[in-house]
Amino acid sequence: MQDLLSVNYDTKIPNNVGLSEDRKVLKALEKWHPGYINWWNKLIPQNFQESMVYLRTAVSVDPKGWAKFDYVKMPDYRWGVLLAPQVENRIIPFGEHAGKPAWQEVPGEYRNMLKRLIVIQGDTEPGSVEQQRFLGLTAPSLYDMRNLFQVNVEEGRHLWAMVYLLQKYFGKDGREEADDLLRRSSGSEDAPRMLGAFNEETPDWLSFFMFTYFTDRDGKMQLESLAQSGFDPMSRTCRFMLTEEAHHMFVGETGVGRVIQATCEAMNKAGITDPYDIGRVRDLGVIDLPTIQKKLNLHYSLSLDLFGQEVSTNAANAFNAGVKGRYMEQRIDDDHKLQNDTYKVRNVVDGKIVEEEVPALTAINMRLRDDYIRDASGGIGRWNKAIEKAGVNFKLVLPHEAFHRQIGVFSSIKADMDGNVISDAEWTVSEGKWLPTREDGAYIESLMVPCYEPGKYARWIAPPKVGIDNKPGDFEYVKLHMA
Amino acid sequence: MTGPLKQHLIDPEICIRCYTCEMTCPIEAITHDDNNVVVDESKCNFCLDCIPVCPTGSIDEWRVVDKPYSLDEQFGWDELPEQGEVTQLEIVDSDTTEGGDPIVALLAEAHSGAGGKAKAPASASKPSLNLYNLGHPVEAVVQGNYRLTSEESESDVRHIILDFQGTPFPVLEGQSVGIIAPGTDQEGKLHLPRLYSVSSPRDGERPGYHNVSLTVKRDNPGICSNYLCDLQKGDKVQVTGPFGATFLLPSDPNARLLMVCTGTGSAPMRSFTMARQRTVGEKSGGMVMFFGARTPDSLPYFGPLKKVPETLLQQHLVFSRMPNNEKEYVQDRMKVEEDLIAEMLQDDNTHIYVCGLKTMEDGVEHAFTDIAESFGQQWRTLRDSMREDGRYHVETY
Repeated sequence: MQDLLSVNYDTKIPNNVGLSEDRKVLKALEKWHPGYINWWNKLIPQNFQESMVYLRTAVSVDPKGWAKFDYVKMPDYRWGVLLAPQVENRIIPFGEHAGKPAWQEVPGEYRNMLKRLIVIQGDTEPGSVEQQRFLGLTAPSLYDMRNLFQVNVEEGRHLWAMVYLLQKYFGKDGREEADDLLRRSSGSEDAPRMLGAFNEETPDWLSFFMFTYFTDRDGKMQLESLAQSGFDPMSRTCRFMLTEEAHHMFVGETGVGRVIQATCEAMNKAGITDPYDIGRVRDLGVIDLPTIQKKLNLHYSLSLDLFGQEVSTNAANAFNAGVKGRYMEQRIDDDHKLQNDTYKVRNVVDGKIVEEEVPALTAINMRLRDDYIRDASGGIGRWNKAIEKAGVNFKLVLPHEAFHRQIGVFSSIKADMDGNVISDAEWTVSEGKWLPTREDGAYIESLMVPCYEPGKYARWIAPPKVGIDNKPGDFEYVKLHMA
Repeated sequence: MTGPLKQHLIDPEICIRCYTCEMTCPIEAITHDDNNVVVDESKCNFCLDCIPVCPTGSIDEWRVVDKPYSLDEQFGWDELPEQGEVTQLEIVDSDTTEGGDPIVALLAEAHSGAGGKAKAPASASKPSLNLYNLGHPVEAVVQGNYRLTSEESESDVRHIILDFQGTPFPVLEGQSVGIIAPGTDQEGKLHLPRLYSVSSPRDGERPGYHNVSLTVKRDNPGICSNYLCDLQKGDKVQVTGPFGATFLLPSDPNARLLMVCTGTGSAPMRSFTMARQRTVGEKSGGMVMFFGARTPDSLPYFGPLKKVPETLLQQHLVFSRMPNNEKEYVQDRMKVEEDLIAEMLQDDNTHIYVCGLKTMEDGVEHAFTDIAESFGQQWRTLRDSMREDGRYHVETY
């Protein structure tokens, strides 16, 4: 009997799912593997591929020794298939099958629904790596470069995780879908990634931090609700992925926080008290707070679009089927069936935003988005605390959910940051106040020069409070390969 | 009288409220409100499952307190309180001589041969320190007690395996534990802990078992060593620690180790070797050892060492009391291997460890001085910079 808590490194693919006894899946994965390595090798600039990066590798699903830190060249990273330990006698926690034993195989009637959810989730993972492929060239420090690559390799592993589910449980269809995950590519004309936010560029590091804070947080919420699934292998996969996802939240929150800190410190040093004195603040070589707000507005609104239609029968069906639950389903105190419940959603009626009660089942997306907004607002509060502590009179805010939306009921209207419906003309006049302009982008881009000396940081970002794996300040997180 | 205790806390300024620790804690000792994520002191059993999953490092905060902070106090924090004054300072986070703690003093004395303040290797894992003290020792059960030296040898060295029965005792290679012999001394006072370096790697004598082995030589007189050497399987032992924050193994796989030891000074070297073997597998371990004893039958681990491949560990076993041979000490062999050592001394990846009896220090220092001279370097300067760099470590007693 193989020890299912530790990872099997003997076969080509590290796993705790008994791959070596599963010839069919092993063969499919090994066939897919060269394409994956090829994708990775073509993606990130070559000198980074050759560099030694101090990375965390998941080696087990036992919390005590789940990961180890070591220098590794990224193409040699051990991407594996790891599922959280099986909970004995687990039951389907919600929907019409609530209380019945969780499925270990795909139920035929939900096959397409499940496959679609896995493909959508899987498509986002390589998408973000593609968006971020050139950021290493302008890393503000080796520490940040290491964090970028950590996020990248883990997104790569999450792709593996989804591919495993496709190949293990969906036969030929699944194998084709797995191949397509490598065929589509972010921003491509012919075969773009499936979701809009994953086709936008990540042109600079502030965008990267905002992306990991806001967009990866959507990923966290989606994973959490998939972790509730009655389809046990998916639940176990997503539960383990969440442990890694926490690091991505960390990169986003501390990244933005450190940018804010550098700005406030520079303003204080120069005696600038007006945060809107943008020209003078920019003369200091830091990013002014109003521009940070604009970036926040952009990434937040793009991320809200990822939750789809507010009222959705697809989401209702997935919940009812026991396939995709709610955020923290196990902590919600209700019957977990929602047959007779209602939920408040915002809708646009005659050009006005109104609140309506709708059947709770159809409002699953909306509920997840509300949970997301609550979760995302926590960090805003902590950033504001730091601004206040620095004595700068400025407060970051989350814009209204109707602001700058492309998907859902609000896409038909224009709204300002407070959610007041405005005309197209008014939007055009004010857009540049709310969203980053070409000039804003050009200014940020001008700051993006690499800083590769251990322990040194670009001027526009403060050093972290704590090193990764408790390493000292001047630790060489990436041993750069200089060819 | 329970004395001060070590409390596990979370830094609210660094925590990002991802709640991964809370979801990971097997005994639900972690909880949160709208403000903070906090650890319940009455539940936490130091299992440390929450430490590796934390993305920020905010989870790895500890304070020694007379009275633990309550959940409500922690919920109200905007920042972590400073370490306060406690009735008996028991923090062994470094090897300073301040504080008057007997264990701190013992370690500082043991490390004094390095010629200055010792530093941990840059890539070493962060050690857990002082989780268990005199007021709160942990009880271990003896799993085995094996004589390492032959029955004929006058030296009785034992390999003693302790099991903590599920109570977490996270210890790194190179760290020490305190053993409290039962009973009282002539003045009727309880015995103070004696320090022993662990000879097993961090994941246990058997991987994943998290048991700990010690290498103990019977001294006469020696209350604690005799107590340990006489232990039988199933006996219970009071243990404190872990202690020591500098004599640690670098995690960098490119680090090379030059280990010089005599007698039971081999204990940390054994733990390093096993840890390396488990992490690098068949690859070269980059380790060289000079190990001195009187005779093969008094050299601890002589048998098992023979099975360690040279690619992992290059061994120079040196004997000072071989019939028909001249006396040879570790420093003599080091001079014979001058080229090898000179090459290692000039490599920034080399870490040196010296462990054994105080009497070995002079000879080893001399050998290093001669070898450094051979390539035009002053040993003292080289040693000081290596030590500053966390690459020169001495533990002698």
